[in-house]
Amino acid sequence: MTTTMQSTTGRITLKQGGGGRAMRSLIERLFVRDFATLPFDGVGIAAMDDGAAMRIGDDWLVITTDSHVIHPIFFPGGDIGRLSICGTVNDLAMMGATNVLALTCSVILEEGFALESLEAIQRSMIAACREANAPVVTGDTKVMGRRELDGIVINTCGIGLTRTLVRDNGLSAGDRIIVTGNIAEHGLAVMAARHSIGIEGDLVSDVAPMNSLIASVLDMLPDAVTAMKDPTRGGVSSALHEMASKSGVGIVLDERAVPVTAAVRAVGELLGIDPLHVANEGKALIGVRADRAHDVLQLLRAHPLGRNAAIIGTCTTERLGSVILDTGFGKRLLAEPEGEPLPRIC
Amino acid sequence: VTNELQFRDPVLARSLAATLARLMDEIGRPVAVMHVCGSHEQAIARFGLRSLFPKSLDVIMGPGCPVCVTDVPEVDEGVVLARQGVRVATFGDMLRVPGTVQSLADAQASGATIDIVYSPQQAAEIARNTDEEVVLFASGFETTAVATAAVILNDPPPNFSVLSAHKYIPPVMEIVAEMPGSRVEGFLAAGHAATITGSAVFEPFVARHKVPVVVAGFEPIDILAGLVELLDLIRHGTPRVVNMFPRCVTAEGNLAAQKQLWRVFESTGGRWRGIAHVPNGNLRLRDEFAHIDARKRFTIDLPSLWDYAPPALAGQCICGEIMSGIRNPNDCRLFNRECVPENPVGACMVSNEGTCKIWHLYGGVPDLEATA
Repeated sequence: MTTTMQSTTGRITLKQGGGGRAMRSLIERLFVRDFATLPFDGVGIAAMDDGAAMRIGDDWLVITTDSHVIHPIFFPGGDIGRLSICGTVNDLAMMGATNVLALTCSVILEEGFALESLEAIQRSMIAACREANAPVVTGDTKVMGRRELDGIVINTCGIGLTRTLVRDNGLSAGDRIIVTGNIAEHGLAVMAARHSIGIEGDLVSDVAPMNSLIASVLDMLPDAVTAMKDPTRGGVSSALHEMASKSGVGIVLDERAVPVTAAVRAVGELLGIDPLHVANEGKALIGVRADRAHDVLQLLRAHPLGRNAAIIGTCTTERLGSVILDTGFGKRLLAEPEGEPLPRIC
Repeated sequence: VTNELQFRDPVLARSLAATLARLMDEIGRPVAVMHVCGSHEQAIARFGLRSLFPKSLDVIMGPGCPVCVTDVPEVDEGVVLARQGVRVATFGDMLRVPGTVQSLADAQASGATIDIVYSPQQAAEIARNTDEEVVLFASGFETTAVATAAVILNDPPPNFSVLSAHKYIPPVMEIVAEMPGSRVEGFLAAGHAATITGSAVFEPFVARHKVPVVVAGFEPIDILAGLVELLDLIRHGTPRVVNMFPRCVTAEGNLAAQKQLWRVFESTGGRWRGIAHVPNGNLRLRDEFAHIDARKRFTIDLPSLWDYAPPALAGQCICGEIMSGIRNPNDCRLFNRECVPENPVGACMVSNEGTCKIWHLYGGVPDLEATA
């Protein structure tokens, strides 16, 4: 942490929003430390999980919020509207709250923003809400002056109820790690669109609400799942590092088992970007008890969003907090990304 | 299903690793070999190949990063030109390499115009679209020098010139082989450079030093097979040049490219950062192209730089020893602490071909099993 601190010079850098180590240390230092001192009965800000949770009778009420900025706002496979609904629905789902009670939607627009674009964004928000079976129940709209904002920012907040609260820190040695499908598609599709790399046809963002996929597992096997996290910014690498360090385990990742399409592999090699460091918006990493791993895999694969699910790793008592990559040739440590390979992709 | 490439076959890799182990047993003593290419180190680190190497085999990365061996005064020349108001075009890797007091990035931050280019051709294009003087700060080994030569021979615009920091690999191998106490018993030569020079370029070196050279490609199987061949030559005491990258490399190389290279450049002695003075290791423009040579076209006022205090940490940097293969990044007290890619102290942490950057990128531990 000391290395990231000393390179900050009194100004916020893009790296500190990139989902890696730099962002985590900023949040820990600035927000978590003091807010965590306020009294709260439940899973609060100190946990730095996908959301917070509090007891309501026998259930847990889960609450989460997410602000969305992306360039370009329309990209292959989605747009900022779809992203803003899915991001929040998925954060709830990662804590087990697959039944979304309500969402809020707050939009900040730049003067001059095309009405036509706003209508298209609204249409895709509605479509995503229908897919997720999640109602937007209240919202807010603000307009800022030209160049006071880059186009549009959308914030959504969500609440959901669950019997089975799932955390990101529940891994034990021996647990298996499952990824619910092909990785790195969102980040590379956005990068390709942003830099006009002419291979967009094969690269489509995976942005999708995962609550029904996760429910298909939790409803049938609530005790099999020990931890969950969606590998958004910072990719699979960042999410696994966080899960490993919070759970106090090491994770051995079998690189050849990680599902990656040929297009993603090719673009990754071309740009020198490791797909393990690239954002996803419709994938989950699920820690499962070893004896239930294949059952969970079967359930996931039976769902349209989980057809390419795979067991990609095992938790160990070695190198706690680290991710060990087995390349098939040998083993090395997987580096935790410091920031995003390229800034602002979700 | 995920390994479509035959050169990434882990089963084949394990059988080659077993052969390496058998050869080391037969040799019966520790052996050190050196590769001279950042791309080899990248592949070794990326795929975790070091954990497949026998423990008694030391595979050292030598001076294989052109950006890293660009000498401090060469960086200074670029910085001074930029500060004098000349537009400097260079490769992205070069931008943050520290000079005596400033990098090109520092010069840019204080108002100079620096263009990042991906090829020498692109720098000439920039010159075509402006009246300003544009200098290509040209770093790189013979592979890149060929591209610079092609631009120079292809009628560049009058406001275009070249500050050559190009280096030539074969002579530095002589230096390393002759270093007192050198343990290096064989070299793995870079496949892509050899596509230009041909594998036969190493024959005189082998004849002189009685040390084998194997030309190898960059996939895991290429590297392992190259090492097997190298150990076999060491074991039999038969120093030869062997081309293990025949799908790209021939003995004579790309004759047309060589012709262009030597038409534009001549080799001259010069310092390689952290290594030594390397006779014939630098490539400078021939007199015929003096009008395109930035060193002859501009008065580069180097002393103007020295009013500034040099960076304090630089004295602790051991890049030179790392590039000579004597020590590795974990021997450096700055590595992954004060020295990180966002805030590099030495050149090896700047370039994607630098040993420190590569180790940082792939987890900072080269051989997990050795350190577990």
